[in-house]
Amino acid sequence: MRKIGIPEIEDIALGAALLGAGGGGDPYIGKLVAVGAVQEHGPVTLIEPEEVPDDALVVPIAMMGAPTVLAEKAVGRDEYQTLYDTVSTFYGKPIYAFMPIEAGGVNSMLPIAAAAKLGLPLVDCDGMGRAFPELQMVTFTIGGGSATPMALVDEKGNSAIFRTITNKWTEDLARAVTMACGGSVSVSLFAMDGAFMKKYGVHGIVTRSERLGSAIRRVKESADVTPEEKFLEITEGFKLFKGKIGDVLREVRGGFNFGKVVLEGIGEYKGKTAYVEFQNENLTAAVEGEILATTPDLICLVDTETFIPIPTDALKYGKRAMVVGLKCFPLWRTEAGLELVGPRYFGVDTDYIPLEERSKGGQR
Amino acid sequence: MTYKLGVDVGGTNTDATLIDENLNVVASVKRHTTPEVYDGILAAITAVLEESGVNRADIVQAMLGTTQCTNAIVERKYLAPIGVLRIGAPATLGIPPMVDWAEDLKKIAVRTAVIAGGSEYDGKPLAALDEAAARSFFEELKAEGVQSVAISCVFSTVRSDDERRAAELCREVMGSDVHISISSEIGSMGLVERENATILNAALYRVAESFTEGFARSLADLGVVNAKVYLSQNDGTLMTMEYARRYPILTIACGPTNSIRGASYLSKMENAVVIDVGGTTTDFGVIQNGFPRESSVAVTIGGVRTNFRMPDVISIGLGGGSIVRERPDGSVTVGPDSVGYRITEEALVFGGSVCTATDIAVRLGMADLGDPVKVAHLSEEFAQKAMAAIVELAEDAIDAMKVSAEDVDVVLVGGGSIILPAELAGTRHVAKPNYGGVANAIGSAISKVSGTYEQLVDYLETPREKALERAKEEAAALAVEAGAVPETVEIIDVEDVPLAYYPGNTCRVKVKAAGDLR
Repeated sequence: MRKIGIPEIEDIALGAALLGAGGGGDPYIGKLVAVGAVQEHGPVTLIEPEEVPDDALVVPIAMMGAPTVLAEKAVGRDEYQTLYDTVSTFYGKPIYAFMPIEAGGVNSMLPIAAAAKLGLPLVDCDGMGRAFPELQMVTFTIGGGSATPMALVDEKGNSAIFRTITNKWTEDLARAVTMACGGSVSVSLFAMDGAFMKKYGVHGIVTRSERLGSAIRRVKESADVTPEEKFLEITEGFKLFKGKIGDVLREVRGGFNFGKVVLEGIGEYKGKTAYVEFQNENLTAAVEGEILATTPDLICLVDTETFIPIPTDALKYGKRAMVVGLKCFPLWRTEAGLELVGPRYFGVDTDYIPLEERSKGGQR
Repeated sequence: MTYKLGVDVGGTNTDATLIDENLNVVASVKRHTTPEVYDGILAAITAVLEESGVNRADIVQAMLGTTQCTNAIVERKYLAPIGVLRIGAPATLGIPPMVDWAEDLKKIAVRTAVIAGGSEYDGKPLAALDEAAARSFFEELKAEGVQSVAISCVFSTVRSDDERRAAELCREVMGSDVHISISSEIGSMGLVERENATILNAALYRVAESFTEGFARSLADLGVVNAKVYLSQNDGTLMTMEYARRYPILTIACGPTNSIRGASYLSKMENAVVIDVGGTTTDFGVIQNGFPRESSVAVTIGGVRTNFRMPDVISIGLGGGSIVRERPDGSVTVGPDSVGYRITEEALVFGGSVCTATDIAVRLGMADLGDPVKVAHLSEEFAQKAMAAIVELAEDAIDAMKVSAEDVDVVLVGGGSIILPAELAGTRHVAKPNYGGVANAIGSAISKVSGTYEQLVDYLETPREKALERAKEEAAALAVEAGAVPETVEIIDVEDVPLAYYPGNTCRVKVKAAGDLR
């Protein structure tokens, strides 16, 4: 158990943006919501999964809807209280703690705001260890957990609980209600007990985000290694490529951003070409036509000077980027995990081979 | 013959340039910027009038470009106490106004409030405007003697009714002299950044009064009585003094903008990358259909994140005075430190002891400056390595400004431009026009006036063609309102961006129009 205040929030936001693997949204608005809540209510208590009793109710908090609407309306004052009331009434017991569902710029931050406002602890655990584009893509699905009953509230005080027969229905119904409520809402989903969270959750994700963020911020402070070596050391990253963005192809389909970014090598990669394909998050990275990493391992593009992560919507011609692979949470590498988030689910015709094997040519 | 007078107040220098009606440069001078801006302006105008011998009565237009607003924000000086009203509850309450501002700058807000009102993304009301709360907030501000108010509202870029109604109430309560800044007229989508820009604008009204009055007074004192007076703004167009007092924030970054426009005029190129090489830094911008390309990302000023329009400019630490060094391993570095304005004493060719980028250019025969004998001892290999470093810096920055791998045209201006060769990778043609050193003043002299219109449109409800047509009319009307001759107004930019996660086919439509000054 420890406290997280505003300096920690800054680092968590930066680290979570890296773990967003190209997606997860712009951390700016999410960070302001968290900072605003902590300024008013004081620091948040972060607890380890083991500190949660097995039968306690734990609830992940997230936002749903359009990032452009979030950037205009942010969140209101009472959504998290309404979520609390709706969910605890439904289950007939109090919520013990909140937690994030994914590591990404926006959804890593909002549970911190919720915890600050309600004076509840935040569990150092999520359901992805990174960001993914679809609702069911969480480790809890592997354990047989369900997104529903899912609670949805808007800033005006409207609330709903969805009990659906499939995840597809959840997605469709929630999306329709979200638009009716003004395009951006707060949700709680995959409500679970402590035992289940401990068994299937990605432990230590908030702390990992914070460490990564703090290290990126201080990457140039080390005297004996180059910033790049330092960055790879702290992220335990596999350097896959370094290049200049030569082209970005984009397409919006069904609410997702699909695309491909082409990089022309610089430095030791001069003369080589690489590409990274994405659907909100980065899916595959290939150098000279050979795939070096695929989902669910994390493929991150970072600025070659500042090591600040570059989200897919900020990719543009001429930017210098390093492509780094990070190992995903082990549960994603199981058969059940790969069925949910493996390359074939995203339409990439290749088997999953762990990053550390594929990238043998890559450097550590 | 009639003349135009362009004055540019920078952090270090105040430039004054006289241009005749055919846009030939008649005279150009540089004076130091003074703490009391008026004195520096007076000195520069006096000098340029003397040098040119032009009849003062023949000067028909006078344009001022200034960095005063940026300096005021960065140095936290001369900012006025203000009130901050946001309309949008119950939304937005999770982020109070100015939540991430530095404490010293936050103090400019005497009082802040968030009241009910605003609309949804599609223009549907979010909540009814709480007029009683607005009134009582303005009453409190009045009692505290506040004279400037920033008003923002959720989705006011879609519907600005509530913001305008609140402004009316503000005038009713606080009197017609109160300065009101409303967010829909200043920023774009993204409440926090738009509100931040509006707050800064509100706090700058005294600064704006000071430089507009200072300019008018210096002209009057010097007998320049027939000139219409304008301020340069950062989209390459002009505004009247009255407009500048309402929107002082729009003067920020007008300097690089004027250089870009001036370079375009001098080179007769409408689409190119413009490189303005100074003594210490070099600015890279893009001219697109004759106007500077706008930045598409949030811009931070004095630590405050904003989203009002700004030219897309990057600055690198390379200039005529950049210091050149050889490292133990034999490699050669250039900059980012520079001898700056001391170049005429410290560079080798001027008898100094520091090897600068200018010395390298002279050594390689690219420029005829100072005494070439004083750089003859530099080895050819060293000079070539330094030039390679200079070229690499420039080529990387050109690349960063491009939107595709296609080669671009380049215009090279500024006093330090001798350090760059005419052959650069990734370029088709590099132009070095005459008068490149005063591109800035020429840019301000040829400025037009503009209007911009932005709205979210669902193309299923309003067909694209009809929506664009209406946006163009609105933009043209705004340009005329800002002082353009209606017959000369043309559409200079049309943008429609599809928005993900919206139902139907919602797009953000943005149109900009510009015309000649009345």
